[in-house]
Amino acid sequence: MAASPVTLLRPKINLQRLSKVFGAGEKRTTVLEDVSLEVAENEFVTVVGASGCGKSTLLRIIAGLETMTGGAVLLNGHPISGPGPERGMVFQDYSLYPWLSVMENVRFCRQLRAHRERCNSPKEVHAAIGRSYALLELMGLLERKDAYPNQLSGGMRQRVAIARALMPKPQVLLMDEPFGALDAQTREVMHDLILHLFNKERSTILFVTHDVEEAIYLGHRVVVMAPHPGRIDSIHTVPLPAARHADMKLAPEFIALKKTILQRIRTTSGVYTDQDVLQRLTETESFTH
Amino acid sequence: MKTRTAFWAIRGELARRHYLLIGLIGFACLLLIWSGLAASGWFEKIFLPGPLEVSQRFVIWFTEDNLLGDIRISIYRVTAGFLFSLVLALPLGLLIGTFKPAQAFFEPLIEFARYLPAVAFVPLVMLWVGIAEGAKITIIWIGTFFQMVLMISEDVRRVPMTQIEAAQTMGASRGEILTRVVLKSAMPNIVDTLRVTMGWAWTYLVVAELVAANSGLGYAILKAQRFLQTDKIFVGILLIGLIGFIMDQLFRLLHRRSFPWLHHR
Repeated sequence: MAASPVTLLRPKINLQRLSKVFGAGEKRTTVLEDVSLEVAENEFVTVVGASGCGKSTLLRIIAGLETMTGGAVLLNGHPISGPGPERGMVFQDYSLYPWLSVMENVRFCRQLRAHRERCNSPKEVHAAIGRSYALLELMGLLERKDAYPNQLSGGMRQRVAIARALMPKPQVLLMDEPFGALDAQTREVMHDLILHLFNKERSTILFVTHDVEEAIYLGHRVVVMAPHPGRIDSIHTVPLPAARHADMKLAPEFIALKKTILQRIRTTSGVYTDQDVLQRLTETESFTH
Repeated sequence: MKTRTAFWAIRGELARRHYLLIGLIGFACLLLIWSGLAASGWFEKIFLPGPLEVSQRFVIWFTEDNLLGDIRISIYRVTAGFLFSLVLALPLGLLIGTFKPAQAFFEPLIEFARYLPAVAFVPLVMLWVGIAEGAKITIIWIGTFFQMVLMISEDVRRVPMTQIEAAQTMGASRGEILTRVVLKSAMPNIVDTLRVTMGWAWTYLVVAELVAANSGLGYAILKAQRFLQTDKIFVGILLIGLIGFIMDQLFRLLHRRSFPWLHHR
């Protein structure tokens, strides 16, 4: 009765020596070099790194929105080709359709032929309607279901975008700095919301961010990437229980990990970071006085 | 003091009622200056007829000279030339704005063509199309089509890439992306483009009616010039302005009705 060990060990997402090169000759830049990573089913993996480390490109390649120059992306052991509804994506901004109401945005995928053909029986239509309501309920947006996106706050809009990405039941949810444009308070609320949602939906999430604290708070593992060329620097398992709450951000192990990761980002980014510039400025200032 | 600063605030708001009122004052000023100049006696009547003469001429034209017929034929020509432009410019603009090879092929050609003055085509059009209705419609088409294609392709290009990519990650096909995302997203800007190009279509009407026309507002203006009926020229110009203004308002209404998400706040 034992399932084959191969399927048990097979990761949900498998990146095999992925590389991406832009341009040729003098202008040739290596955006990603030799990136290998395995993400297990129901795992929440976050990716951080200095700007230019290729973390967004990595996510976009997995989504199928960009091509790779070398290596392979396997989903359930099969190489991906182009974008597909089994890999949902949440973008940083401007991805909602302003001409559709909140509910219509969430149900957008139902209008597409791929979905219409696959699940068109009355029972499935009914289930889809139920799911769209459930997702909006989960996102706390049921009362605003008839509003247009431009009538909503930034946080609400991202919640709609998340609900829309979850609507076709993707096996993997890819999130590209989804809270990058939100204010700090809204962000914290969104963190707990996404954790709640992760527990309910049991999805596999790959989450790109530039915010180290966000990466640790949300992820089971944090992947730190380094630039020039873009590569994986280190992978850190978060030493916190799966059920997170805001107080954990003050826990010593949280702070220790944050220090380690920030240190890695600082040393690998090569060029001076803002912090170095700041230090230099304060030094020159002391000279002039 | 406070109200005045709010009234003149940079990028400030204005109640719709006040907006309309100020607009009317603008027209009243124009009328007043015109009446004043005409009544001052500084100019001969033949050069500057007053509002009274012009409105009398309007009545005569309306009752004796088939003004409605002239208006009807002119609206017909403008609308036909405009629609002819639209049915070609919309798919072509969508193509150019979406696909780089199509842009590479068409855009330089159209950029070249739009600098060719439509007026210069009049003799050619007469030679090729003749002097029937087709000729006038063709000239209006030449005047509007090339600009319209370029503007529509620009509207299409301005559709945010993330809207397209979001559809791709939801499994949309290329055709679905074009019809359900790109066209939908660009439509409000396209309607604005149409509103602007409709104005240009009216500009080319007078040129078009130079081509052996024997009816229409533009023709009437040209004929009136020959008989030094300055008051009739005034009526014709004012009517073209008025019809253009009404069409512009209709486009705005269409915009408000068709795109409620832009006007709901």
